[in-house]
Amino acid sequence: MKYEVLVDGHLHEVELERAENGYQCKVDHELFDLNVVMTARDVLSIVHQGRQYEAKREYSLQRETHIIVGSERFGTEVRDPRSLRSRTVTTAAAGPAKITAPMPGRIVRVIAAEGDDVEIGQGLVVVEAMKMQNEIKSTKKGKVTNLAVQEGVAVNAGDLLAVVE
Amino acid sequence: MFKRILVANRGEIAVRVIRACREMGIESVAVYSDVDRRALHVRMADFCEYLGPAQASESYLNVPKILEAARRSGAEAIHPGYGFLSENAGFARACREAGIVFIGPSPESMEMMGSKIKARQQMKKAEVPFVPGTDHGMKSVEEALSVAESIGYPVMLKASAGGGGKGMRLVSSSAELASAFEAATSEAQRAFGDPEVYIEKFIQNPRHVEMQIFGDTHGNVIYLAERECSVQRRHQKVLEEAPCSFVDPDMRRRMGEVAVKVGKTANYSNAGTVEFLVDSEKNFYFLEMNTRLQVEHPVTEMVTGIDLVQLQIRVAAGEPLPIKQQDIVLRGHSIELRVYAEDPDNNFFPSPGRITRLIAPSGPGIRRDTGVYEGWVVPLDYDPLLAKLIAYGENRTQVINRLRRALLEYFIGGIKTNISLFRRILLDPDFQAGRVDTGFLDRLLNEPAVADERTARRVPIVALAAAIFAQQPPPGAQPARNLDGLHAAQTATVLHSSANRRSGWKAAALSEGVGR
Repeated sequence: MKYEVLVDGHLHEVELERAENGYQCKVDHELFDLNVVMTARDVLSIVHQGRQYEAKREYSLQRETHIIVGSERFGTEVRDPRSLRSRTVTTAAAGPAKITAPMPGRIVRVIAAEGDDVEIGQGLVVVEAMKMQNEIKSTKKGKVTNLAVQEGVAVNAGDLLAVVE
Repeated sequence: MFKRILVANRGEIAVRVIRACREMGIESVAVYSDVDRRALHVRMADFCEYLGPAQASESYLNVPKILEAARRSGAEAIHPGYGFLSENAGFARACREAGIVFIGPSPESMEMMGSKIKARQQMKKAEVPFVPGTDHGMKSVEEALSVAESIGYPVMLKASAGGGGKGMRLVSSSAELASAFEAATSEAQRAFGDPEVYIEKFIQNPRHVEMQIFGDTHGNVIYLAERECSVQRRHQKVLEEAPCSFVDPDMRRRMGEVAVKVGKTANYSNAGTVEFLVDSEKNFYFLEMNTRLQVEHPVTEMVTGIDLVQLQIRVAAGEPLPIKQQDIVLRGHSIELRVYAEDPDNNFFPSPGRITRLIAPSGPGIRRDTGVYEGWVVPLDYDPLLAKLIAYGENRTQVINRLRRALLEYFIGGIKTNISLFRRILLDPDFQAGRVDTGFLDRLLNEPAVADERTARRVPIVALAAAIFAQQPPPGAQPARNLDGLHAAQTATVLHSSANRRSGWKAAALSEGVGR
């Protein structure tokens, strides 16, 4: 099986082939013989040249897949080149910026109004969760074309708060 | 001794108190709100009582409901934990009137120490050393301006009823005072229902060192050494240790004697903490007294060998302190890390949600006081403290090494935690040398994080792991909600040719069916 794997934004070509004790694989054409067991759901123990790595997987709040090895966390995205589901990476720089809730909470204050001109880093709404109030800031300089929330409503992580164009 | 104690709290501290009760042969009663029926403290208690909706004012802060729960369950005493009603003198008095023992100081002591302004007035009489400032609330911006002028900038505005950094503002010049005054009073009003704010001189880069004291109802008060609590973010403690490497035996004795004097002036019984600011010349100033058990009490337990929660219960039952001042011997060193559900890579945003994977550290010198478990959904209604990781060792260096080792074992998946922050702190040369003050963490966080040199070697492994995982069911995938936790996949599944999702499930089902 061939995959394209993004690790922290860098693309790697991965080939996985089953072998007697695990996998014979290639990463960017370099050969890796791996002995792999799954020790628990979302936890792999990988042995490569005698060195043991524990790799854990989880989804971030933004639904990215994170792989944790040792003390380090890596953002990853796997694409199967044959799959129709393979996605292209969207670049955030161009087009309208969608400001989403980074965590579940309640909207306690709406700072900006539709039609306002805002700078990067300017507060749009305040979300309260776990007794903390957090100002959600614009990631783009432009005009607020949509404010999707009102004071008092509950939001989930990833919910649209505002659009800045 | 009591037969049954109600724990008027939740999370790790409720679990901590329930553990003490069980060790003493006392039955425990947990209380819970709508979102906490599945919480760990409810699962661990002997009895439980429902309070009401998630909102604290309808549950953990609701005095009539808690007293009713105590009456219904037949509890003879209430342990308030920390936060919630723990420093509420009205609650302590209501307990007394209901014939229930409040495990803590008397309402009179709490009232004297509870208002920072009243405490200042009393402590001044007892000649306790103070940071220059006012001992009364500011009635207007004009008054605040003239006071600030007389003690000199920078100054700190503080809420009289406050704590936890709420209603606090640093003001470095007269130009900033008016807006800071307004912000502090409105924040104090929101957080504590009392807008009163007072002024103190701001000491540059102080240490925050606190002294644990303990009184009984027979007039004895002792001190149980200090805790260093300087590692803070936004005035919230993140890491605490005992003893403080900056405090020598003579300073410890002098601070301890002042703390005992504070306790005796307040006619104090049970566990209390006297907070000091310490400047670089080792001068110490009384800051405030916390009339409750502290979050960071375990580090004192580790170095003194005394179970503070059990001692609280004994003293509340009327027993005299079983130890004298000269019996207190410090041994070794201890550090506590507060594991919060917040994202250090994203401005420390809170991160409530389901814990899909929890791997707990253990081994020599490691203690973990926790309020969560795998499968638990951390609610967004309460504070983000998940657990405390506490290490003990012969000396500070060994403790740091033990914590670094334990952090590698510790994994909480599904929500974000500040675990990675602790790796940075423990590796920092200033921290390792004991050079910390209340500005330490902000300075550290402003430095760019140093990339780990092992990263390059790990990247191909990460890429391979990602591809192998892609052949498995998605992360956190599990059956129906009410089976959470029952489905902990402890089995070691050797990966067979699982080139698609279905066979991955099949392999897991097979290995679980076969069992171990």
